[in-house]
Amino acid sequence: MIDHVQVLHLAAGVFLLTAVGVLWRRQLPAKIRLLVVQGLALAAMVGIIGVQRGDLALVLVAAGLAVLRAGVMPAVLRRALVPGAQERRETRPVVDVAASLLAAALLTLLAYALTRPLVALDPTPITAVLPVAVAVVLIGFFVLTTRRRALSQVVGFLLLDNGITATAFLATGGIPLVVEVGVSFDVLLIVLVLQMLTLRLRATVGTTDINELRELRD
Amino acid sequence: MTDSLQDPVTAVVASLAQVAVVVLVAPLLVGLMRQVRARMEGRVGAGVWQPWRDLRKLFRRQPVTPVGTTWAFRAAPLLLVATALVVAATIPLLTTHTVLDRVADLFAVVGLLTLGTVVLALAALNTGTAFGGMGASREVTVLALVEPTILVAVFALSARVGSTNLGQLVDAALHDPLRVVSPASLLAAAALLVVTVAETGRLPVDNPATHLELTMLHEAMVLEYSGVDLGLVELAASMRLTLLLGLVASLFTPWGIATSLAGLPLALVAFTAKVAVLAAALAAAEVLLAKLRLFRVPELLAGSFVLALLAATTSFFLA
Repeated sequence: MIDHVQVLHLAAGVFLLTAVGVLWRRQLPAKIRLLVVQGLALAAMVGIIGVQRGDLALVLVAAGLAVLRAGVMPAVLRRALVPGAQERRETRPVVDVAASLLAAALLTLLAYALTRPLVALDPTPITAVLPVAVAVVLIGFFVLTTRRRALSQVVGFLLLDNGITATAFLATGGIPLVVEVGVSFDVLLIVLVLQMLTLRLRATVGTTDINELRELRD
Repeated sequence: MTDSLQDPVTAVVASLAQVAVVVLVAPLLVGLMRQVRARMEGRVGAGVWQPWRDLRKLFRRQPVTPVGTTWAFRAAPLLLVATALVVAATIPLLTTHTVLDRVADLFAVVGLLTLGTVVLALAALNTGTAFGGMGASREVTVLALVEPTILVAVFALSARVGSTNLGQLVDAALHDPLRVVSPASLLAAAALLVVTVAETGRLPVDNPATHLELTMLHEAMVLEYSGVDLGLVELAASMRLTLLLGLVASLFTPWGIATSLAGLPLALVAFTAKVAVLAAALAAAEVLLAKLRLFRVPELLAGSFVLALLAATTSFFLA
């Protein structure tokens, strides 16, 4: 029989892998698909913690997370995909793909080093996954700072937020439903605003490359 | 106990069986991959026996050596086949207790495979042609990125077993089948598959069917070979493919590996089936892939290195 811990670790592996995948892929639709998988992995992690504690509220939160992170937000992002092959790709990131993959490896090691004292406070199989969540936070930051397309940056933001959510659940073993619902709707609003912004950017400047915003225009 | 594979005589029998199977199956595997590819592209295909027919034809022909080449050129095909044969006798394909199991661990196996590649690269340089040099330089570039990935990926597996001995790794997986679905071993499996593709010169790293100069990696190195020598090089290439696929199959799906002499026939069937499924899946994936630009190959290999590194870190921290 596969026990809870193994499923949790498997979900954590998928969670981290999708974050690395976002760095690896250049196509924006592929990045959004990875985000869907990551949302499902996050929901699975929270759901498993809920099942293990027999906490119905956590299972409900997990279902909500699955709908929001794997359904609604990627759908919003897809609407912000502008047509044109050039616009759908991350053509020249600030740090090239090979270097950013190595950076992701270093960030993961950094996350393990940083969370060691935290895990040592309460060494259970659940807190052992904490480094993965922190690594996803760091990789999210990295995507935010090194990618040029507006949509890639939104994807980076969502990675960051997924990481923060995972950290919260793994470190505290469940945050109140009200807080989680509040945070989730906050993030949803942010993504909606960013989607609008991306479309406006495209309408006024003609591209979603952030670097084009350096010059003043009429 | 004569039935136990710990016994030296049975270990010799098992190792010889492994070598024989690898030599026989390897060209068939290449034939199978070409056939799957042909069918998916809507062609009839030449059948799975075609590589063996090609080899028979090549083995009857006299080799022609280019002017100015030395013994390095002549010895390379023999050394290449020899390293592949030793690896075939060493790694756990049919049984975990091969003759050389005690002396040859992961480092020795990777070293032997690397030795084969380096020998071929030297032979390509020895010809003094532009393509030989180009192919050798590209192959060594890929090699430099592939070796650390293999080592780190298998470290991920050996961290929990406490040994780099391949036989013991497979033994541990046999006794604890659920180990296979842990994130560490899944990541390591993905990394090893990418590396296998790169090391054996398949798409998307290299196109084994092309003879277009600018895109060749492996083919550029063997351009000057003919006759028996070419036959040996092709046999060795297919054996290396079989060995790497077999190693991936043994490490991650160890079911059916023999623990006694009576289990050998079953292990034979299981090994052939696993490798055939892996090869067919690879061939099917190749139909859907285009070759990567050479400058994008390091990106792919950096990705697989990261997978391997993540596998190693998770196996240390989630254990």
